[in-house]
Amino acid sequence: MSKYQVNEKGYYGNFGGAYIPEMLYPNVEELRQQYLSIIEEPEFQAAYNQLLRDYVGRPSPLYLAPRLSERYGANIFLKREDLNHTGAHKINNTIGQILLAERLGKKRIIAETGAGQHGVATATVCALKGLECIVYMGAIDIERQAPNVARMKMMGAKVVAATSGSQTLKDATNEALRDWINNPLDTHYIIGSVVGPHPYPDMVARFQSIISEETKRQLLEKTGTDSPDYVLACVGGGSNAAGMFYHFLDDEQVALIAIEAAGHGVDSGETAATTALGKEGVLHGSRSILMQTADGQVVEPYSISAGLDYPGIGPQHAWLFKSGRGKYVSITDDEAMQAGLRLTQLEGIIPAIESAHALAYLEKMTFKKSDNVVVCLSGRGDKDLDNYMKYFDL
Amino acid sequence: MENIQKKEGQRLLSIYYTAGYPTLDSTLPIAKELANAGADFLEIGFPYSDPVADGPVIQHSSEQALINGMCVEKLFEQLKDLRQEVKIPVFLMGYFNPVLQYGVQRFCEACKAVGVQGVIIPDLPISEYEDLYADIFKANNLSNIFIVTPQTSEDRILKIDKLSTSFIYLLSSNSVTGSTLEVGESTAAYFQRIQDMNLKNPLVIGFGIATKETFDKATDIADGAIIGTAFVRQLASPNYMERIKDFIEEIKG
Repeated sequence: MSKYQVNEKGYYGNFGGAYIPEMLYPNVEELRQQYLSIIEEPEFQAAYNQLLRDYVGRPSPLYLAPRLSERYGANIFLKREDLNHTGAHKINNTIGQILLAERLGKKRIIAETGAGQHGVATATVCALKGLECIVYMGAIDIERQAPNVARMKMMGAKVVAATSGSQTLKDATNEALRDWINNPLDTHYIIGSVVGPHPYPDMVARFQSIISEETKRQLLEKTGTDSPDYVLACVGGGSNAAGMFYHFLDDEQVALIAIEAAGHGVDSGETAATTALGKEGVLHGSRSILMQTADGQVVEPYSISAGLDYPGIGPQHAWLFKSGRGKYVSITDDEAMQAGLRLTQLEGIIPAIESAHALAYLEKMTFKKSDNVVVCLSGRGDKDLDNYMKYFDL
Repeated sequence: MENIQKKEGQRLLSIYYTAGYPTLDSTLPIAKELANAGADFLEIGFPYSDPVADGPVIQHSSEQALINGMCVEKLFEQLKDLRQEVKIPVFLMGYFNPVLQYGVQRFCEACKAVGVQGVIIPDLPISEYEDLYADIFKANNLSNIFIVTPQTSEDRILKIDKLSTSFIYLLSSNSVTGSTLEVGESTAAYFQRIQDMNLKNPLVIGFGIATKETFDKATDIADGAIIGTAFVRQLASPNYMERIKDFIEEIKG
């Protein structure tokens, strides 16, 4: 077993665990006991792979971006998760979890969402399977992300406003957990990132690991080696990064770089740069690194990118950071927006602002001509047009 | 640590409220008034920004308490003279992260120093408690109160009984705080199942107790019952201090 993967107690180093009230124990314990055996069933694998191929459109291409490569003086590959159905990597996980929920006999699906990408991906698979879907979303996010709210509603999901606290992703997660406490028998909670109590971080990472599984194969075909020099991905909770890193964790010659959102700057007070500012703590069921006050109250994060606007990171990321296996850095709003525009103009691809954070870090690196660099293009920028229009006065 | 005591036929009433709500300095005066009015033991909540096991009323009280400036450090300052002022047992209740940041050992020592009998931390799992913290609790003569729900398995209840002192917190239903107790057939069967296990710890029912009627129903079955949301709601009224006595008398009849 890799020292970077979860151990039998549900921990990555000293991070992880299942810090949940007794009311959630039976549901989480049921998952813990069953998720591995279900995922490994041949029928499950066949159904999962078939949906990823025919419904999501996988494998997603690994694209050698010529003009980016020229700019940075290295081979820059983009893993095109933006080309997936619903426009981001999120669907890899919701496909897996809906099959699992079905297998566990659950009739009712709940989810949390920030920008709405995970909410849309959940509503999508619920429509596909004809299951009841309730998505919790911060009241402020509902206002900011009207098109995604409309998408979810079209697919038959009920979108419930979280009106407590800051009325954003963290509070939507609290509301989803409360719903699960109140509905212990027939409900499955599809968490959208590699956060939450064990086994969620491991389960979500496994469903996202298809990203690096394909990348290795595609890179081998294109370059003759399946081992890139650098792998870059953005991190909010960290699900696309967890999937992008997964099959490279034990290949220590691959440098893993995780890019957090610095918002207006790490020291500005308006940031989501968790590893730079956070301390060890417990939120949403796991022990990880968390932005918090000295008294242990969770601090509100800020980023222009709603998908990175989370005060913690998944426990595996906390461990990769602490152990030094991953390099955790941050990019400001301004740097990310410029990188988004740059990709659009050099390659004709409008990235999600989340993914633009990863692209922005290329500007800060120096490469050898022979370096193979893979950037996870986790989502497309359609949902962000409003932001791009405002920022660049288009 | 001894179990909570009751006289023959007595129905124990415990009240939960949030420290620092409605005002920063109301914590100790409310405790004194509750004890005078006849509450048998107390749970004082220390607030957390993300109280996932709580409904809207207690969430709001936590939010307001944080705005008022309540924190763990402040709470222990306010409870400095607790034992001179309040003679009934006092438990602290809250989420794990503030305890972790304060330092688990330091937290337990502070509880002992001010005379707190035990703590209820819903999101501290049994396995982590056993592996990492049980010794610290014991060294400070502090009870860790565990929760049992209708879905808790028999094996797990036996384990909880073994690890518990003072009492076991029995949830009337699987829900967040602020629900309503309904003793239907399945609830009655659940309570009967627990009673038949002859546990060594007293049983105290919480969540959904709001009125004399629900209090009586709960204490027909268990040794005591805890009222939280219904009491915290009272604290929103400007003359809350005067109403405490009536509230307790109304429940205890």
